[in-house]
Amino acid sequence: MSENSLNSQIAGAFKEVQSGLNGSVSQAFNERRIDALESFNSLGFPTPKHEEWKYSNVKKLVNGTYNFAAQNKLSKENLKNFDLPDLEGIIIYFVNGVYQEALSNLDLAEGKLSIQTLEEAQKNSSELLNEHFSKYSNDNLDAFTAINTAIASQGIVVKVEDNATIEHPIILRMISDVREENIGSTLRNLVVVGKNSEVKIAESYRTLGEESAYVNVVTEIVVAKDARVDYYKVGNDNNASYHVGSTNIHQSDNSYFYAATITINGGFVRNNINLTVDGEHVESWLYGLYVPNESQHVDNHTVVDHRKPNSVSNELYKGVLMDKSTGVFNGKIFVRQEAQKTNAYQNCRNVVTSDSATMNTKPQLEIWADDVKCSHGATTGMLNDEAIFYMRSRGIPKEEAVRMQLLAFAEDVVSQIKIESVKEYLSGLIHQKLG
Amino acid sequence: MLKISNLHARIEEKEILRGINLEVKSGEVHAIMGPNGSGKSTLASVLAGREDYEITEGSIDFLGKDLIDMAIEERAAEGIFLAFQYPVEIPGVTTVSFLKTAINQIRKHKGEAPLDAASFLKMMKKKADLVKIDGQLLRRSLNEGFSGGEKKRNEIFQMAMLEPILGILDETDSGLDIDALRIVADGVNQMKSAERSFVVITHYQRLLDYIVPDFVHVLYNGRIVKSGTKELALELEEKGYDWIIEADEAKEALAQ
Repeated sequence: MSENSLNSQIAGAFKEVQSGLNGSVSQAFNERRIDALESFNSLGFPTPKHEEWKYSNVKKLVNGTYNFAAQNKLSKENLKNFDLPDLEGIIIYFVNGVYQEALSNLDLAEGKLSIQTLEEAQKNSSELLNEHFSKYSNDNLDAFTAINTAIASQGIVVKVEDNATIEHPIILRMISDVREENIGSTLRNLVVVGKNSEVKIAESYRTLGEESAYVNVVTEIVVAKDARVDYYKVGNDNNASYHVGSTNIHQSDNSYFYAATITINGGFVRNNINLTVDGEHVESWLYGLYVPNESQHVDNHTVVDHRKPNSVSNELYKGVLMDKSTGVFNGKIFVRQEAQKTNAYQNCRNVVTSDSATMNTKPQLEIWADDVKCSHGATTGMLNDEAIFYMRSRGIPKEEAVRMQLLAFAEDVVSQIKIESVKEYLSGLIHQKLG
Repeated sequence: MLKISNLHARIEEKEILRGINLEVKSGEVHAIMGPNGSGKSTLASVLAGREDYEITEGSIDFLGKDLIDMAIEERAAEGIFLAFQYPVEIPGVTTVSFLKTAINQIRKHKGEAPLDAASFLKMMKKKADLVKIDGQLLRRSLNEGFSGGEKKRNEIFQMAMLEPILGILDETDSGLDIDALRIVADGVNQMKSAERSFVVITHYQRLLDYIVPDFVHVLYNGRIVKSGTKELALELEEKGYDWIIEADEAKEALAQ
């Protein structure tokens, strides 16, 4: 095992995090970090024998070596070369897993919104962390989440006061500068949205260069009573990169949560969404789109856990799989005995454009309540030949007919994106990739 | 304009066209009739280039070019249009954007500049009036959720937009009520010109009351067994196909 391998990195990073805590070492949130390390030590990294990792083998990821302490070499000038959506927002940059004050722009952050780095929050907001940090994450079940809880020292902590509508989106741009070496980063975000408040938040992941990036990220989002949250996660990493991320959401009464998880590129991508419906009259929308090509691998795992009655959840994931790419969709819906009158829907639709592409879908419903409406469906197919013939018979060349159909297929998800400039930007990337 | 000689085509191991000979000159309307399974729709599909069929013998000459080796989209660009018996639903693609792409691809093939948005819209309005199709319908996904009649009208609308040299109507009358039939036929009649020809495939004489053919052919068992003028259609309406089938079978038996 090399010095920079993940396993050897964990013990060192844990010590470092603990030594940085000073006075807050005895805080409850830190107890959870210690427990998480223990959980990881007993879990170990998953193998394909693990039911949740059957189609996503992390062996190469785990055996890789990564620099977890690389310095940032990017300036504002460098960022100009990035093609990015033109939008007004609160822009927060992380490079190689470290917050970059000089690159970020928090000018639009308003009074009822506080944004701190995790380091700052550990010093200044231990109460907030005690209340929420790792309260919605399954450290005892998922090894990557457990590592994250144990060792993450970077990320942001967002708190929106009650009765506040935050106009501008909070955009987290996570860049791995892999022009020279393999880079690893562990990021932990906590977003606490107060009662009757509204916020939009986006995470975007990008590599610069051809070496390998490994990103382990966990974002916890707490949506209080009557609050509304729109959440976006966009991956556009190189083919040598690994992304393992979880977004864990907790919703209270009358709250609204919307997520769009869009993977444009990435060598190995695992997106987990764990949503807990812990209130009545809750509305949840989960959208996903992935368009892997070459030998990219995209795995989306979602869990929607209905614990209280009278709520609605709706899930639509769509994939276009090209070349030798592989995809996984695993969607679980739990409806607990107490959660009567739940409406829960899940749909996963895929198009494979080559004989060598593979899609694995596994929808799972577990329902203990008797008065519910639930449905799930998963389909994987080729493009409709008759439709291609029809379009060609009108003079549209085959490649164009295929492209039009794939774009139309993806449009269901793209058209749902509520930030216009992000929609245009992503639509452009998808056009490029499917063209 | 179109000359089909000794055309044989099969799908998998089944031979469906067994020596078709047909010549269509500019400005003519030819009706092709015949009982179910005689090969009418296959002939239409083969002309449009459907790839499920294998041509084993014969030739198709269209305006001096060999059609058989031409890609489907190339045939369209050269002026062939097939109105489908079962128009396909294409979710997420509106009729408007579909036709705009089609027209501009055809223009590109001919070395012409793309049509500007204003001219396209003007043309669309004019042609939509021709088949009395609702503009709102054209802004919806192509054929998705359209009624049978709307789909067929949309086929004729597309034909009007693409202005082909040869229009092939594959059982366009099936599933249409008399009013819709009249609208579709009116659209076709208004498109008739000295340079444009039509091949109208139909099961029933009814459509030919509205689109009057210059010639009527009876297709049976993969061959044209009888040709005549529009009076032949009336005769078929009255007597059915049996007398032709019997005569053909007698002829085949004699040949053996």
